[in-house]
Amino acid sequence: MSKLLEEIKKELAVKVSHPEFKAGDTITVHYKIKEGDKERIQNFTGVVIQIKNESPTRTFTVRKVAHGVGVERIFPFNSPYIEKIDVVKRGKVRRARIYYVRNLSGKSARIKERINFKEQEQTTPVSAE
Amino acid sequence: MSGIIGKKLGMTSIYDANGKYVACTIIQAGPCVVTQVKTPEKDGYSALQLAFDDRKEKNTPRPLLKHFEKAGTTPKRKLAEFQFDEPKQLGEIVDVSIFSEGDYVDVVGTTKGKGFQGVVKRHGFGGVGERTHGQHDRERAPGSVGASSDPSRVLKGLRMAGRMGNDRRTIQNLQIIKVMPEKNIILIKGNVPGSKNSYVLIKK
Repeated sequence: MSKLLEEIKKELAVKVSHPEFKAGDTITVHYKIKEGDKERIQNFTGVVIQIKNESPTRTFTVRKVAHGVGVERIFPFNSPYIEKIDVVKRGKVRRARIYYVRNLSGKSARIKERINFKEQEQTTPVSAE
Repeated sequence: MSGIIGKKLGMTSIYDANGKYVACTIIQAGPCVVTQVKTPEKDGYSALQLAFDDRKEKNTPRPLLKHFEKAGTTPKRKLAEFQFDEPKQLGEIVDVSIFSEGDYVDVVGTTKGKGFQGVVKRHGFGGVGERTHGQHDRERAPGSVGASSDPSRVLKGLRMAGRMGNDRRTIQNLQIIKVMPEKNIILIKGNVPGSKNSYVLIKK
């Protein structure tokens, strides 16, 4: 990618401050939903499976199991519909994209928690880059 | 009417003012220099010749070098003519300020070359449709190309396999999503013909 293109993409990225998270973390996405002219907020809690692409098309995939059915939602970081993101739990995984959890269920689907997590990291807001 | 020469840089998608996620093409548009003013008296019609993208002096043909010198500019790679409503002087600069967000433009470019392609890809034929029922190996075959002894030849213009792409194409009524004047960048909704780093003409 040319330098100019990188610069432009950086500029196009909406400056949003979501807490830092990566694959394996459990997060809650507060997502604005428009119904007619009304707006309400829906929460989606699950495990982050992957973070994909670069700004401004960067997205993350959240997976949860609802009524025994696995549900995955892809959110763009740049989305103006994301009210906020809460990090519920920091998970300890060895991969950047944990597709293997799709094939796991029950006890084996649990993800170990990251204990010695630096609190500093959590409070620094990151832009959508 | 007005226009500018640009260079396709790539694509991305952003949220527009209405909160809709739209795919858009990033184009580096201008700044262009007016290198020739064509007048009805001299050339039979009126137009402006614009030049875009610097090139080295040693890579420029001698006659062109003089042409650029007349306009008082450095040698450029791409020349194109546009019809402009307002008169412009030789050597004047045209940049993205002629566009504003929400404008509709036509984009001219050269499509990506696809090489020698069959009729299914090139003309949208349906193909045979089935593997079985006696089709053997002709799933993407064109079928009959005409009648027998009358007319005893294949009619002209019959759609057949051949070279595809690398044609000049115009896409009309594309919306400008964003203008970034300090970087000479415009974002156009949807796609435009050509590969990355190919030249496009943007006409308003």
